[in-house]
Amino acid sequence: MTALDTLNAISPQADAISRLFVGVLTVLGLIFAVVAVLVTFAVLRYREKPGVQLPRQIYGSHRLELTWTAIPILLLVGIFVFTVKVMHAARPPEDVRAPDILVVGHQWWWEVNYLKSGIVTANELHIPVGQRLLIRLESADVIHDFWVPRLGPKLDAIPGHPGYLWLEADQAGTYRGACAEFCGAEHAWMRLEVIAQPQDEFAAWEQAQLAVPAAPTSAQALAGMKLFAERTCVNCHRLAGTSADQRVGPDLTHLADRRFLAGGAALNTPSNLAQWLKDPNSIKPDSRMPNFQFSDAEVAALVAYLESTK
Amino acid sequence: MKGHELTGGGIGAAVADEHAAWAPHESLLGWVASVDHKQIGIMYMVAAMVFFALGGIEALLLRIQLAVPHNNFLSPETFNELFTMHGTTMIFLVAMPLLTGFTVYAVPLMIGARDMAFPRLNALSFWLQVFGGVMLYFSFFTHGAPNAGWFSYAPLSENAYSFGSGQDYWILSLLVMGIGTVAGAINVIVTVATLRVPGMTMRRLPLFVWMTFVNSFLMLMALPVLNAAIVMLLIDRLLHAHFFTPASGGSALLWQHYFWGFGHPEVYIVILPAFGIISEIIPVFSRKPIFGHEFVAASTVAIAFLSFAVWAHHMFAVGLSPVANLFFAVTSMSIAVPTGVKIFNWTATLYGGQLRFTTAMKFAVAFLLMFTVGGLSGVSFAVVPIDWQLTDTYYLVAHLHYVFFGGTVLAAFAGTYYWFPKLTGRILSERLGTWHFWLTIIGLNLTFFVQHLLGMMGMPRRVFTYPDLPYWGGLNMVSTIGAFVLLFAVAIFLWNLRVSFAHGEEAGDNPWDAWTLEWATTSPPPVDNFTRVPPVRGRRPLWDLAHPELADELQRKAQ
Ligand code: HEC
Ligand SMILES: [Cu+2]
Repeated sequence: MTALDTLNAISPQADAISRLFVGVLTVLGLIFAVVAVLVTFAVLRYREKPGVQLPRQIYGSHRLELTWTAIPILLLVGIFVFTVKVMHAARPPEDVRAPDILVVGHQWWWEVNYLKSGIVTANELHIPVGQRLLIRLESADVIHDFWVPRLGPKLDAIPGHPGYLWLEADQAGTYRGACAEFCGAEHAWMRLEVIAQPQDEFAAWEQAQLAVPAAPTSAQALAGMKLFAERTCVNCHRLAGTSADQRVGPDLTHLADRRFLAGGAALNTPSNLAQWLKDPNSIKPDSRMPNFQFSDAEVAALVAYLESTK
Repeated sequence: MKGHELTGGGIGAAVADEHAAWAPHESLLGWVASVDHKQIGIMYMVAAMVFFALGGIEALLLRIQLAVPHNNFLSPETFNELFTMHGTTMIFLVAMPLLTGFTVYAVPLMIGARDMAFPRLNALSFWLQVFGGVMLYFSFFTHGAPNAGWFSYAPLSENAYSFGSGQDYWILSLLVMGIGTVAGAINVIVTVATLRVPGMTMRRLPLFVWMTFVNSFLMLMALPVLNAAIVMLLIDRLLHAHFFTPASGGSALLWQHYFWGFGHPEVYIVILPAFGIISEIIPVFSRKPIFGHEFVAASTVAIAFLSFAVWAHHMFAVGLSPVANLFFAVTSMSIAVPTGVKIFNWTATLYGGQLRFTTAMKFAVAFLLMFTVGGLSGVSFAVVPIDWQLTDTYYLVAHLHYVFFGGTVLAAFAGTYYWFPKLTGRILSERLGTWHFWLTIIGLNLTFFVQHLLGMMGMPRRVFTYPDLPYWGGLNMVSTIGAFVLLFAVAIFLWNLRVSFAHGEEAGDNPWDAWTLEWATTSPPPVDNFTRVPPVRGRRPLWDLAHPELADELQRKAQ
């Protein structure tokens, strides 16, 4: 059961849905049981027996038919009432207040902007436990869909049509999510994680994120910094404290703090990062990050630099 | 009602003339040039089987790729092409032509007509279907097959994101087939409206005919919505218009409204004729009339109307207003009621009967259970918040396959075992049929049941691979194994068709003691279908003939 994320809710929104889901599944299961028992009984009982006369020709019964029209209607009316209640609990009314976090779907990664603190990150959202945050969802290209099953309903990120979603977690922990709308080649590796932290831990994380990385000290990392500035990385990425301030690719300021690379396609280890810089397609074919044909020394320098900006 | 009982004069006479000129013969040209509804019906079915094989191979490749996490069997692009082609194929090149094949073959026979109202239009519809299908598959030899999904959501399907010509092939082939489908729908409507034998009032229509008749109105109204939308997409792509491109002022949502405005009726388009097949088979093999003919017939009309008012339940996750969501929740829940009525009426038909478990009947009874699973899981998508969790996950993949495989495909298998004797004069082997049946049921449930769980665990659909999370690999492996069991089942089915066609037991006119008019003629029927059509004084003319003292109209009055 614990693996069934949609029934294993961690937020009030997901909880309301999962209760409704269990209720509806029970009703549906009972209906199926009724049909299965009726069919099985008929199959066993009315099997043709040799030498028996023609069965009585029965043309129908309005009373029975009205019964099995009316009972489903009553059940559905009941389900509908709960539907309305849970819809209300699970999704914010339109334009309740200013959003806390802006999430933008890109082919194939998530841009995350904390609107108050100005923190920018990618593919993971840190949130304080027990606080209800309002997410504004946008898309930079095609339709994506933001979905963290244990925290609540999914919502499409549609270009030209922003959406709003509550994000809240009652317990600290890491909750996995994914893009749930087919968005092209690498839709599978457009995953994300929500990391819910106790208030003080979250505050510490915020502090660390806001810190502008100091210039590196080792010669190798300095060489990497130079490469980073010279080799068009700045045209696509953002890295605080440098001239890089673009959103075509993920923010790299505190890259080393993140658990995954490339929307979950690889763990964020120095060797995977090197592999990524050497040939992004070997990790995530068709990704929008170019292959720069770096030499091993250049890759090592860039890795040293990106690991130093922590 | 007398006025409606048009005789075979008028159009019928013209049909006969056309026939004389195009007398079918067994040469290749005889088939290609045929305007005979029986030959065209059979060609529809054969074409659908060829595409079923292609769509099935695509599905197996997808399942191999998904058998284990982080698999590299297929590249992401190939995977996306294959699932796009699988969906498009199964809907447009298998389900629709297969059911149309049954319709075109059986409807004229069941109403005592010599052919369709417009035989040449019938041939045109079929060939448009074939050429559309060939054009779609030709895309593999160009810059790659379409890869934006069978739903082709904009802007992913627009130039900026799908630059290959595959998407254009997709549009053009659907357009070609859509024209054929609309023409076919008109043909069925006119045939049923004008070519019924005297005595066959609308109220006495066999349910299969009734349902395909109603279904033709659905096609007539739904396909033009798709055709208009894909032409707009084509204009966007080739002439750089901006209907569906948000970046330049278009609307991505507009495409979804159009697509599902077509797409939801489409779901019923590929299930209503299946309902019709089941409504013929269950009574015949229960030796009883269907329970509540009027209810079953009326619930079909209710479904047809409602099917045009539920499209946005495919769009609950886009963030429509709560009022819109609630409206579509109500309509979507309502459509479950007439569908449920049918299930209960079919089940009630079994009661008090003398059930004969031929393979056709086995598939029909299995349909009752499997389609119910799909129908019930469908109700969870009408409950908006549950949809918010489960849409676009493997739970939805499970749902739709219980509906299409557990529903449409099982009914088509049932229909094949039922009508094959009429088509060929020979009965399909019951021994092979039993193997085919049980392997299908096992394979179906192995493949698709576990997908409910995967969806509930958070696995999105249309992913070419997935992380190695607890149970994901195992359940996907089970699903893949199930798909291979299905491959085996279909292989036995094809083998059965082949050997029984050559050596099967002779069928005679009416091997099942059935009671609709197609069983009153020889198997296979002559070019003009009937030498003499028996009198039609009720819903079961051949029953009335065999049991005059128990004739339907007499008994119904007595009850
Ligand atoms: C054309 C734009 C572009 C350029 C130029 C570019 N990148 Fe990227 N980069 C991307 C995109 C897009 C991604 C996200 C890929 C994905 O996950 O699908 C990315 C991802 C990355 C990542 C992984 C980030 C993460 O959180 O997963 C790193 C590291 C990175 N780029 C480093 C660099 C470096 C270093 C350079 C310069 C040598 C560079 N990039 C140049 C577009 C670019
Ligand atoms: Cu996406």
